[in-house]
Amino acid sequence: MLPLIKFILNNKDIATKLPPGMVLLDFVRYHQHLTGTKVGCNEGDCGACTLLVGELKNNEMQYRSLTSCLTPLGNVHGKHVVTIEGLNMEGLNPIQQAMYDESATQCGFCTPGFVVSLAGFCLSGKNASTQNAIAAIDGNICRCTGYKSIERAAAKVAALMQARSSTEPIVFVTENNILPAWFATIKQRLYFLSTELNGQLQPTTAKEWVGGGTDVYVQKHDVMKDASIRFLFDEGGLKGITQQGNRCIIGASATVTDLCESPILQLHFPRLADHMKLVSSTPIRNIATVGGNLINASPIGDLTIFLLALDATLVFRHGEQQREIPLRQLYKGYKTLDKDPKEQLVTISFDLPGAFTLFNFEKVSKRTNLDIASVNTAICLTMADDRIQWARIAAGGVAPIPKLLEQTSAFLGGQVITETTIQEAIAIAQTEISPISDARGTADYKRLLLGQLMKAHFLELFAKAAH
Amino acid sequence: MKNIDAYTHVRGESIYLDDIPLIQGSLFGASFGSPVAHGVITNLDLRDAITHPGVVRIFTHKDIPGENQIGGIVPDEPLLAGHEVHFCGMPVAFVVADSMEAARAAVKKIKLTIDPLPVITDPREAQAQGELIIPPRTFQLGDTASSWSQCAHIFEGRADTNGQEHLYIETQGAYAVPQEHNAIKVYSSTQGPTAVQRAVSRVLGLPMHLVEVEVNRLGGGFGGKEDQANTWAALCALAAHHLKKPVKYSLHRMEDMAMTGKRHPYSADFKIGLNEALKIIAYEVTFYQNAGAAADLSPAVLERTLFHCTNSYYIPNVKATAYSCRTHLPPNTAFRGFGGPQGMFMIESAIAKAAEELGINAAIIQEKNLLQTGDEFPYGQKAQSEAPECWHKAKTLYDLDAMLQQVQAFNATNTLYKKGLACMPICFGISFTKTLMNQARSLVHVYMDGSVGITTGAVEMGQGVNTKIAQVAAQVFSIQPEKIKIHTTNTFKIANTSPSAASATADLNGKATMLACTAIADRLKKMAAEELGVDVRLVALQNEYVYVNGQRTDRDWKSLVMAGHIKRIGLSEHAHYATPEIYFDATKEKGHPFAYHVYGTAFVSITVDCIRGIYTVDAVKVVHDFGASMNIAVDMGQLEGGIVQGIGWMTMEEVVYDTNGKLRSNALSTYKVPDIYAVPKEIAVEFLQTPHENLAIFRSKAVGEPPLMYGIGAYFALRNAIRAYNENGHFPFAAPMTPERVLMALYPTQKKGITESHEETINHLAVDK
Ligand SMILES: Cc1cc2nc3c(=O)[nH]c(=O)nc-3n(C[C@H](O)[C@H](O)[C@H](O)COP(=O)(O)OP(=O)(O)OC[C@H]3O[C@@H](n4cnc5c(N)ncnc54)[C@H](O)[C@@H]3O)c2cc1C
Ligand code: FES
Ligand code: FES
Repeated sequence: MLPLIKFILNNKDIATKLPPGMVLLDFVRYHQHLTGTKVGCNEGDCGACTLLVGELKNNEMQYRSLTSCLTPLGNVHGKHVVTIEGLNMEGLNPIQQAMYDESATQCGFCTPGFVVSLAGFCLSGKNASTQNAIAAIDGNICRCTGYKSIERAAAKVAALMQARSSTEPIVFVTENNILPAWFATIKQRLYFLSTELNGQLQPTTAKEWVGGGTDVYVQKHDVMKDASIRFLFDEGGLKGITQQGNRCIIGASATVTDLCESPILQLHFPRLADHMKLVSSTPIRNIATVGGNLINASPIGDLTIFLLALDATLVFRHGEQQREIPLRQLYKGYKTLDKDPKEQLVTISFDLPGAFTLFNFEKVSKRTNLDIASVNTAICLTMADDRIQWARIAAGGVAPIPKLLEQTSAFLGGQVITETTIQEAIAIAQTEISPISDARGTADYKRLLLGQLMKAHFLELFAKAAH
Repeated sequence: MKNIDAYTHVRGESIYLDDIPLIQGSLFGASFGSPVAHGVITNLDLRDAITHPGVVRIFTHKDIPGENQIGGIVPDEPLLAGHEVHFCGMPVAFVVADSMEAARAAVKKIKLTIDPLPVITDPREAQAQGELIIPPRTFQLGDTASSWSQCAHIFEGRADTNGQEHLYIETQGAYAVPQEHNAIKVYSSTQGPTAVQRAVSRVLGLPMHLVEVEVNRLGGGFGGKEDQANTWAALCALAAHHLKKPVKYSLHRMEDMAMTGKRHPYSADFKIGLNEALKIIAYEVTFYQNAGAAADLSPAVLERTLFHCTNSYYIPNVKATAYSCRTHLPPNTAFRGFGGPQGMFMIESAIAKAAEELGINAAIIQEKNLLQTGDEFPYGQKAQSEAPECWHKAKTLYDLDAMLQQVQAFNATNTLYKKGLACMPICFGISFTKTLMNQARSLVHVYMDGSVGITTGAVEMGQGVNTKIAQVAAQVFSIQPEKIKIHTTNTFKIANTSPSAASATADLNGKATMLACTAIADRLKKMAAEELGVDVRLVALQNEYVYVNGQRTDRDWKSLVMAGHIKRIGLSEHAHYATPEIYFDATKEKGHPFAYHVYGTAFVSITVDCIRGIYTVDAVKVVHDFGASMNIAVDMGQLEGGIVQGIGWMTMEEVVYDTNGKLRSNALSTYKVPDIYAVPKEIAVEFLQTPHENLAIFRSKAVGEPPLMYGIGAYFALRNAIRAYNENGHFPFAAPMTPERVLMALYPTQKKGITESHEETINHLAVDK
């Protein structure tokens, strides 16, 4: 029997027995007939289907945008879902007005997605900068406008939020008529809903596990609707990023956005925001989990490469049993893992970089943002004066698996950094990799690119610092 | 005035094909496309598919009551493959089921056995084998053969441009609803309602008056829905006709990308000759157009390539030959610019080649050869040129010399980053090059309450044509735009329409609307004159009132209309407009095919990260000839959008087919269009309001296509930046300049200074998904 899924859709309470694996987009468009949300690609890459999802976090509403084409109903259980219809008020709301005034809409097909994403910015509590408003729409593709008018609209939306200071965003936007007044009632309604539900949705047996769904729903969209699914996204034990001594422990269901917003990581990775900006887009980062990135075993997963260079350790759970395994031992071949299908990833942990440890991440793709890497690489160096004590360098897109370049790393240990050492390291790396030609680049290109990105590591870590 | 649709757009209330409320009992279709690019069908096994729960019926070519043919210009394209398949994704069967999921799932259960035949993907190879869509065409001016001796410098080379996926965010689709008397109504996301009507009529064997095609709006078209909306409409109509049930098919993105054609890839050989003074004396070019498996619009696209083969320059001796080559790719089709951009890329490559060899800036050659008024195009028309005006205005306004100096200074001091700057003048002819298509009709009803309803042949797809039409009516009647509603485009209301294309839609339909409104206004004014006992020449409509001799009367618009109705004055008008003056004689390849030309100049500057091979477009600075823009907001939107789309074509947008003709860049994850971070940091646009009379609506020149071609400058700016890093870098004139091509050009170690990235690209193997 299918479970009852309950959530609030705009201003309306929903209780449905439709399959929890059905994507939210289909539910909204074809079951609720709210056709303002558009279908552009069905795989998270256009943003036409963007919705907001709100949940109670520490007694505050936290709203995030997501791509509803990849989000199963099961992942919004107990939450508040907002579509473009939910943002409509008498006349235009100020976000819509800004888009209107700047002629930031032409064919209009992408427009609801942009408006929803901008509303997400208003609700996010982020600083009211144009840059942040634009970041909120980094997952929305528009083929008509060339974006300049949308940038101008985004600047106006940012200005709307400038007076907020420390007011809770949802209070500010309702008091200032940016969003409909009923938004103010959501917090309490969600509170009642969550106490009523109390983790009702977890089935005991399930074949499919879903984190954010951004990988599974791209790979096998059609079978997921009727699959029996265990939803890991909101599983309590899998959330959170904590520090124990100098170890950082990340729950498998922590999202990329959680990483970006973690004070622990921000402190230890000063360029974290730059690096994470290269990973997918805001609505994808909001739902893509670390666990999903590691387990989907893509040879170009960004977080995987990041964590390989950090020599992360994984903890798997199967019933009562737990097992620890270094990430570098997980990948056995193209999309094959040293892992029983019944084992669940629980945590990922690694040593936080100390004062003498340097870290860098590089990624090049056809389009710099919202694209999968042609080649990505991360490096972690522990320095003793100007000598490398320890090196770990990982690279994606150059082998059937996300690759720890072991020989290159070993070679670098003990070296002083010179032009020659770097050239030698690049030469060794070339012997460790076996890239193939695909839509993301030819094998020759990927070889050249990895070498270049290795140079970039050293430039970023040393040359730039020296300036 | 803002786009009249903007209000509902920002509220998510605008209705697109997939938003139309469904009629009870509606069924859903999905097509099965050939997995093989070329071969003979030996067996089509539908058994597993037909028993899939929910499947109602599966249609094949055998079910077609009329003709299995949807080719527009050349009848060479079956709707459903019968005996042979000619491209991957060619529809072979159409599954209809009671849900979209069931239809899609059943498609996966269809089994097709094919005896494969050789696959051609390269147009040069097709040409060598005599696989041509139409006989080659040649445009000639002067005599190139005898001119080379006058040239101090002669350069030859090859240039290639790749295709471009339209990537309208709304995919293709149709919804067919059977009507009484065997008629059928088709809602279609098409730029060409009449083309859809003809295709449906042909396939079903029904006269056109039984086929109603209605278009509310498109979520983008860019040419991709000019001819290629026909297939889906005809499939839905076929099924609806048989089943007597409404049938809808809104394509999945991957179906859309795999089954529809794109901008034509071109390959060309050029030879350019200049005299000592750097005047271009002669230019020869041979174009190989990759038409794909069927003609579609390729012959017309080919023609426009020839029309624009000298871009914005006067060259006294030209010989341009073009081959439309039949390959086994999905039939390539219209895309903003319609062959023009490819023609321009080749001449710009020839100029760049000359400049690189001579060690000078290409801008010097460009400037010396700009078209002057009175100069003759290779097709015989004399230019009314704004080219020098645009160029010089841009040069002073944006201080080109200073821009060039800054680039030089930057490059002298930076080793890791290099900047490049390129100038891109454009000249684009407005009109359908097929003269007969330059006609339009408009139906205007003034209702007795003073509100106005207008139907034209124009399709609104974001270009703002309906806004402009409303402006025309508002101006003629001198009433508030709120009183005007532009209705859906419908073949039962407006017949025999030309597609919304060639940038000419607002001109043609706007002029027809102007004629219709003027006729009604004249009748009303005549009545008012009689009523007031004054000479009709003194009567004017102004601000919703009747004015006599400049004085407002108390006859307002509303009461005027009501009085007209009472007096039995015709308050409706159906007007016809045909562009005057234009003609073209294809036997001589000479004539006056364009109502006018649009000119402009852009400066594009780019910074390349020479370590990573990635780049950012710093600025695009434009002076554009608008004539007299009637809607700056709409026109500005077309400019910015066109520029970014053109830059996309030249940089990151890479259509990849493997040698088996299978599309590898088959999703948004593998085909990248510009996102918000990829666009130029600055786009500056100066509106050059040019004074000359022209045939544009209210003298407001067409603006849909021309700006796209400014994007070509991005390629040459990148080239210049790379050469700043790698002075002797020789790399092919091949677009798009992806980060891969840039990096390979920066570090051309493997192959002694020459990277053959074109070949490499073709060899791309698989997609990691
Ligand atoms: C538009 C788009 C852009 C993207 N861009 C990038 C990018 O730039 N960089 C990048 O690296 N990736 C990118 N991805 C891929 C994807 O988003 C990431 O890999 C993401 O981290 C996957 O996480 P998820 O939670 O969504 O995975 P899911 O789809 O939920 O799961 C993926 C797999 O992991 C399994 N799984 C999940 N959690 C667990 C667990 N705790 N224990 C055991 N198994 C588990 C699932 O069963 C499934 O097999 C992109 C995807 C999309 C759609
Ligand atoms: S439909 Fe494109 S992101 Fe969801
Ligand atoms: S307005 Fe058409 S896609 Fe954005």
